[in-house]
Amino acid sequence: MSEQIKKFMYINRRAPYGTIYAWESLEVVLIGAAFDQDVSLAFMDDGVFQLVKGQDTADVEMKNFSPTYKALGDYDVTKLYVEKESLEERGLTLDDLMPLTYEDEDDDWAEKDSIRLVSRAEMADIMDEQDVFFSF
Amino acid sequence: MATLHTVNKSPFEKSSLDSCLAYVKDGSSVLMYEDAIYGAIKGTAYADKVAAKGNVNFFVLGADLKARGVSEDKVTDGIEIVDYAKFVALAAENDNVQAWV
Repeated sequence: MSEQIKKFMYINRRAPYGTIYAWESLEVVLIGAAFDQDVSLAFMDDGVFQLVKGQDTADVEMKNFSPTYKALGDYDVTKLYVEKESLEERGLTLDDLMPLTYEDEDDDWAEKDSIRLVSRAEMADIMDEQDVFFSF
Repeated sequence: MATLHTVNKSPFEKSSLDSCLAYVKDGSSVLMYEDAIYGAIKGTAYADKVAAKGNVNFFVLGADLKARGVSEDKVTDGIEIVDYAKFVALAAENDNVQAWV
C-alpha cells in the first residue's frame, strides 16, 4: 500500500460550549492523529475562543474539554495556527490563550510553542497548501 | 412596558445581538448568556454598541463568562454580572421576556 502523506487541516470557527462543534473537532483530530498525516489546526473567527485560558465550566455543569488541547503535542499535532485578526476583533491577545507546547524530536526534544500566530493573509496561504479540509 | 431581552448567540457569528439592540426600548433590559457573553468583552465593536444604549440595562451571566475563561475584569463597564437567581428575578420583574435566539 502506498504511504502518501497528505496535508490535513482542521478548521475551527466556532466558540466552545454553545454548540458541539469545538468538542467534535477535537475528537476527530485525536482520532485522525492515528493516521500519521501532516496535521494542522486553524483557529479563526469564533474558533479562537476555544483556546482561551482559565475555562471553568463547573457552574454551567458541562465538561471542560479545554485541558485536552494540551495533550495534542503528545499526538504529534503541533501546528496550531491562530489568526491575529480574529483575536483582535474579539478583544483578545496571545496572552489570553493557554500556553500549548510540544517536544520536538528532531531538536533534542526541545519544548516549543504549538500556537503559531498568523495574519489572515498568511492563513490564506497556509490553507492554499492543504490537501484535505475538515470544517467545524 | 419593560421587557427583558435575552441573547444567547455570539455576536461575531450571528446577528441576534445587533437585531436586539436595534429594537430594545429605553428602560428595558438585555441579558447576554451562553455564547452571547462574548459580546460583553471590553475593547470590541460591541462594547461601543452597548455604551451607545445609555438608557438600557445590560446584564451578563457570570457562570457563562467563567465557563469560557472570560474574567470579570474583561467585561465592558456598565454591564452588570449576574447569577442564575438574578436571571429569574429579571424575568419576573419585567413585564415580558423576549428571546433573540
